[in-house]
Amino acid sequence: MKLTLEKNKNFNVVWVQEERIDAHNSAGLKEYILNLLEEGEHNLVVQLEQVRFIDSSGLGALLSGYKNAASRSGKLVLSNIQPQVLAMFELTRLNRVFEIYLDVDEALANQT
Amino acid sequence: MGTADIQVEVIIPTQTKYLDLIGCIGERLGRELENFTGDREALAYYLNLVLTEATANAIKHAKDCRPEDTVRISINIQADELNIKVYDHGQGFDLETVPMPDFDDPKENGMGIYFIKTLMDSVTYVRQGDCNVLEIKKHLT
Repeated sequence: MKLTLEKNKNFNVVWVQEERIDAHNSAGLKEYILNLLEEGEHNLVVQLEQVRFIDSSGLGALLSGYKNAASRSGKLVLSNIQPQVLAMFELTRLNRVFEIYLDVDEALANQT
Repeated sequence: MGTADIQVEVIIPTQTKYLDLIGCIGERLGRELENFTGDREALAYYLNLVLTEATANAIKHAKDCRPEDTVRISINIQADELNIKVYDHGQGFDLETVPMPDFDDPKENGMGIYFIKTLMDSVTYVRQGDCNVLEIKKHLT
């Protein structure tokens, strides 16, 4: 799983550099987010612009990150979701769970 | 792709690195279904997803068995129906007892079968000889 981290003052941005998140690489994403949270980085934006495909395990990895951030009084939000990927969030109603933003700037502007 | 029937058979080791290959075969086939009058791009994505989920499921269930195990995927396309069969050699499971996701309290697991049931027209899982067969159908007209 290719990921890059951009450190900001209050929110860190995780850029997912993969076109596909499936059962082959989703465990890597889940672990990466969990490690960040355990290092004390409790507020994260996950930037998904490059992701063209996500399966149930990918959604599960993001949901795991969301729940783990919330349990540490932090927050995990999403940005730049492609339409077909967004359709999977809608099908599972996870669009009602996550805060979803058009881009990273919008995501950061909406955090206090 | 015209009205001629298409039959694709793929046998892969039980390794998740092959999910991309299987999913992409489904996506390419879906995009070229000229007889399909609905949203072909959406169908292509759905076939990628359904094949990925079904194959991942078969790999997961086979893991308790031999590492040299394989998963066989068969895709048959006729003018009015698309049929996918995924064969695994695992212990199997009861498709009917797989719960619907709890949308008010979502869990990390259990969305794969929901995707298959929701996006396709029928799905069955039966024991056939020494293996289990997940059969998925989608009407194309």
